[in-house]
Amino acid sequence: MQNRRTFLKAAVLSASIAAMGGLSASAYAADTIKVGILHSLSGTMAISETALKETALMTIEEINAKGGVLGKKLEPVVVDPASDWPKFAEKARQLLSQDKVAVTFGCWTSVSRKSVLPVYKELNGLLFYPVQYEGEELEKNVFYTGAAPNQQAIPAVEYLMSKEGGSAKRFVLLGTDYVYPRTTNKILRAFLKSKGVADADIIEEYTPFGHSDYQTIIAKIKKFAGEGKKTAVISTINGDSNVPFYKELGNAGLKAKDVPVVAFSVGEEELRGVDAKPLVGHLAAWNYFMSVKNPENDKFIKMYRDWAKKAKLPKADTVVTNDPMEATYVGIHMWAQAVEKAKSTDTDKVIAAMGGQTFKAPSGFTLKMDETNHHLHKPVFIGEIKADGQFNTVWKTKGPIRAQPWSPFIPGNESKQKL
Amino acid sequence: MKRLLFLISLWLWAGVAAAALDPARVKDLASDDFDVKQAAVAALAAAGDDADAQRLLKALSDDAVAVAGERVVIVAGDQVLDAATGAAIKPAPANSESLSLNNSLRQQVDGALAAVRLLSTDRAERLAAARALLADMGDGAALLPLFDKALAQEQDGEIKPILAQLAAQAALGSPDVARRLQAVRDLSGSGSAAVKALLLPLLDAANEPEEKVRLEAGTAIKAIDARLAWSDTAGQIFTGISLGSILLLAALGLAITYGVMGVINMAHGELLMVGAYSAYAMQALFRAKFPEFVDYYVLAAVPVAFFVAAAVGMLMERTVIRHLYGRPLETLLATWGLSLVLIQAARLLFGAQNVEVANPAWMSGGVQLAENLSLPWNRLVIVAFSGFVLLLVWLMMNKTRLGMFVRAVTQNRPMAGCVGVPTARIDTLAFGIGSGIAGLGGVALSQIANVGPDMGQGYIVDSFMVVVLGGVGQLAGAVWAALGLGVVTKFLEGWAGAVIAKILVLVFIIIFIQKRPQGLFALKGRFVD
Amino acid sequence: MRTPLTVKLFAGLGPRGWLAVAAVAFIAWVLVPMAHLMLPESHPLHVSTYAITLIGKILCYAVVAVAMDLIWGFGGILSLGHGLFFALGGYSFGMYLMRQIGREGSYQSDLPDFMVFLDWKELPWYWSGSDHFLWALFLAIAVPGVVAWIFGYFAFRSRIKGVYFSIITQAMTYAAMLFFFRNETGFGGNNGFTDFKRILGYSITAPETRLVLFGLSVALLLAVIILGKVLIASKFGKVLTAIRDSENRVMFIGYNPVHYKLFIWTLSAMLCGLAGALYVPQVGIINPSEMSVANSIEIAIWVAVGGRGTLVGPVLGAGIVNLSKTWFTTSFPEYWLFFLGLLFILVTLYLPQGVVGLWAKIKARRAEKAAIAASRAEVAAAPAPRAPAAESKIPNGTAAKGA
Repeated sequence: MQNRRTFLKAAVLSASIAAMGGLSASAYAADTIKVGILHSLSGTMAISETALKETALMTIEEINAKGGVLGKKLEPVVVDPASDWPKFAEKARQLLSQDKVAVTFGCWTSVSRKSVLPVYKELNGLLFYPVQYEGEELEKNVFYTGAAPNQQAIPAVEYLMSKEGGSAKRFVLLGTDYVYPRTTNKILRAFLKSKGVADADIIEEYTPFGHSDYQTIIAKIKKFAGEGKKTAVISTINGDSNVPFYKELGNAGLKAKDVPVVAFSVGEEELRGVDAKPLVGHLAAWNYFMSVKNPENDKFIKMYRDWAKKAKLPKADTVVTNDPMEATYVGIHMWAQAVEKAKSTDTDKVIAAMGGQTFKAPSGFTLKMDETNHHLHKPVFIGEIKADGQFNTVWKTKGPIRAQPWSPFIPGNESKQKL
Repeated sequence: MKRLLFLISLWLWAGVAAAALDPARVKDLASDDFDVKQAAVAALAAAGDDADAQRLLKALSDDAVAVAGERVVIVAGDQVLDAATGAAIKPAPANSESLSLNNSLRQQVDGALAAVRLLSTDRAERLAAARALLADMGDGAALLPLFDKALAQEQDGEIKPILAQLAAQAALGSPDVARRLQAVRDLSGSGSAAVKALLLPLLDAANEPEEKVRLEAGTAIKAIDARLAWSDTAGQIFTGISLGSILLLAALGLAITYGVMGVINMAHGELLMVGAYSAYAMQALFRAKFPEFVDYYVLAAVPVAFFVAAAVGMLMERTVIRHLYGRPLETLLATWGLSLVLIQAARLLFGAQNVEVANPAWMSGGVQLAENLSLPWNRLVIVAFSGFVLLLVWLMMNKTRLGMFVRAVTQNRPMAGCVGVPTARIDTLAFGIGSGIAGLGGVALSQIANVGPDMGQGYIVDSFMVVVLGGVGQLAGAVWAALGLGVVTKFLEGWAGAVIAKILVLVFIIIFIQKRPQGLFALKGRFVD
Repeated sequence: MRTPLTVKLFAGLGPRGWLAVAAVAFIAWVLVPMAHLMLPESHPLHVSTYAITLIGKILCYAVVAVAMDLIWGFGGILSLGHGLFFALGGYSFGMYLMRQIGREGSYQSDLPDFMVFLDWKELPWYWSGSDHFLWALFLAIAVPGVVAWIFGYFAFRSRIKGVYFSIITQAMTYAAMLFFFRNETGFGGNNGFTDFKRILGYSITAPETRLVLFGLSVALLLAVIILGKVLIASKFGKVLTAIRDSENRVMFIGYNPVHYKLFIWTLSAMLCGLAGALYVPQVGIINPSEMSVANSIEIAIWVAVGGRGTLVGPVLGAGIVNLSKTWFTTSFPEYWLFFLGLLFILVTLYLPQGVVGLWAKIKARRAEKAAIAASRAEVAAAPAPRAPAAESKIPNGTAAKGA
């Protein structure tokens, strides 16, 4: 009989906890605008996402110091989805329905974005997604401040094929086995084909998550590159596997000038945790580098360094800024501008006001939110990795380029450039 | 490349050094336009063995060129030199921005330097130049006269064959049929895929009108293919052994704690992490205190990692595992909890980021066994290190009093206790040894993979597979299982890709365990549980 | 003499048990829907959508925990691969939900979006029939069942048990996770299935649909608990616990443990599959991370925290761990892992019977104290010189009982 009683207690307990959640939400004052921050602070993605949370908090403080938005202060609501995809959806719902945030800045992996999407659509919320991704998506409730494939991957390959980049003729498409690399490589394969590269001159290789033994793959690359034509490697290897890959590459005697590797997931923050010597000369393509020289960037870097000291982040003296951080920074500012323009935080009004917003970004360019496709116009930088973990820009676009979330290299996408 | 070769050959034919460097051309090096920049480098290359050009090329290759205002300068230690003349500039310009080359320009610079250095008087310089050219050059037909000239002068036994090969490669494009035929014959002794790629077009009548050469090229390609196949297989076996040695290092500690003591230690991966962080800490210590010995931090890290991991392990045993002997499934849960605590502790202590652990210089690079087979030093060292650890464990278990006690407790705990073996203390020590060995594994892992709070999680499944496959309680079993898994994984990987290989190996282990539930080497004895 | 099943059922729970079941069902099917639909949002007793989806999710976890307890708590088989069966059920039902999207996906195609993207022209064979609700439901039970049966048949026949078994189940779920990660497998790769629109034609975001799913989760949990009760009380259950306690002796008596273990193992997997099928529409996503090794270990943790070998324990365990996870990840994200880790350590060290065991202990101690007090009172009340009653001097429950 004791079972029955405990069971009842459990039911009452869960009901009361749920009620508590309901109560606490309505207890806040209404003279602030709530801003949700949805980044994993624990689990595997904490490595990358923690910095974005800090950037968001810093930017919110910056805006508040200037008087806030619509005369109200912004109030950040930080939650931790713990790198657990279903938990992203749960926390998103909590932000939207319990905390009633006006906007959310968050997510890193595509799967986390896919997980929260139905929630944002259902509750008509607003999400700013700051990371480069594979495209093939366009949602009314989301603004994408990271790069679409044509703003990162395709220019990088064009660079490799140019005389300047070494006139590569053969390509190794190497990635971790999940959606972003598979999709990007599919687009790149179609792109390379359109440029007259034969199928025999392309190989695709995938490794499982967390793979740390790249010997076989390096041997394959070596063999492939040894067959005559200039070879380049396009790497969509996921963060953690990069160190073993580059170490193996260096030790196997493949130098950047022989077989350059261009990576789309290796940035300043990732290089901070590695011995960058084996990587020197290899390339990365981003829309922002910390090493870019201009007043906005100096200000941004200084602000983040000061913030790191104030927030007592671990190793605060060596913090770096990177592309997704810049995208977060730009996104929050643009949202604030759009709210001022719309004179409301109402989702639909803000969405209407977002199109055409411009912001002078740390990348040195004035970025514009596209009127129709919810993506930023972004410049593309190609950088060579230096021994100190920074990038030396070797090539950049003349100006920002418009995103093509629906890649024209995927059949059937031609008519899909806007909502 | 072609253009560069053309320019170099122009210079060779001219046979005289060009005039002193044109300052305007030097200034072009700082241009934003790639074509202008490239032309400037090409002009430098064409200047041949002109001392100023040589100095500037060398500085470019060493990344010592900078732009100070309007001027291109060479930074040599404290001194700042004018790039065109080499004269010291005084006072040194206040702020100069380093001028950096991209990969294709760097290749151009290195090629030009190598071509000139082929005739240098310094043996080491000649050797390096010849090797560089061999690594970079396709068919440098235009450079044939240079190679011939160098070959005629060269006396050194090591450089000569390289030059001969370079000359043969270049001679494939020679208009002289006999020369071409000879070149193909010379190259048939090679084992390099690049040479094969050069010979392939010769099979086609459109490229090679002479049938004799075509036939000869066919034979040569077959010979090269055979050598390539051999070195491929050798390479695969080595990668398999290397993976096996890493699996062994990761699993050896577990083979003791789980295999011998029956403790399912889900925190084993975190002991690897402790070892790897010890290596990181030693590196930091050496960098701060003994910068001159920084290359040997790994040696110091070995004992430190052992003792730190052993201490953590003994602490775990004393506080938690001790109370759970005989309840294996519950140790599993408690140690999983321990692993979470250790991960979070590492995160708080060292930050969530991965930390940097560099290979020491003597573990970087590799040894070239055949033209497409080079074995990286760090892998070789780890293979040797795993042998050393294995020997250590074997000695400890079989030749020491402690080892005897451990074996005694394993085989019959109450009886061992009766004859005076302090079983509780032996448990603690044995667990400490197992953990310490995991720490050693961590040092090895720090040399090839990430060092971060989560690193241990990636090895836990693999380690258990090795121990289970080898047979619980058997060190020999663990060795064979690790090497076997390594080689099988690598062969499957070459054939089916890394993802499928991993799945197949796991499925294979599951099926294998059905057939031999006691693993490869079963502990013999009559007992009923 | 055979007792009819219905009689068994009623006897298994007893009238008060049935009363509790009815009460829970009434709350889930009547009170919660009323509180959700009728009360305004500002009302303190309003049950928000957030609470419904959160509790619905935890209820599915609780079903998995009970299924896990059936094999671990009663059968002595610790599976570290139960996440696989849960995910297989989720994927089976997810296929149906994907088909229900129809042409409303990004590519306006009959095929799911990720297939269009992969240039697949038609559904692979294993997707055939997935647009039928009943077939999907059948798959959600049958696929985990078949996988478990095959795996279990070979493992139990080879007499793999204890830790060995746990470790190979771990290998199994890990291999499956890697397999599902691949885009070519045809289940959406790492992203899995998401962005569902409707179920049986009803919008999946409609409050009514949610309430029905919530109610079904409660019903499933109650059904699983009742089923467990009946099973455990039956002869089958007795043999099963005997196998747990000493497999060899059971064999010597003449039973073949393989059949018993195989049955409970397969049943447990099928229940997990059902829970997975209910979980997916409520959470809105299914992807390979459900098969990760850590997730499966966590299932075992729920059971251990709640209390093995009881049927209510796992439910409590799943609730406590998941609710505290929700709370901790909001309030103290940095310390969440410390908390979880310490919870496991402390529970295994000090609460081998879990929270339920703790409760039982407290109750036993109270009863003991009461009994002691009673006996003391009795001693005090008794005429002093004549009764040096031996029992009352021994302060323990059994002796006191006699008094």
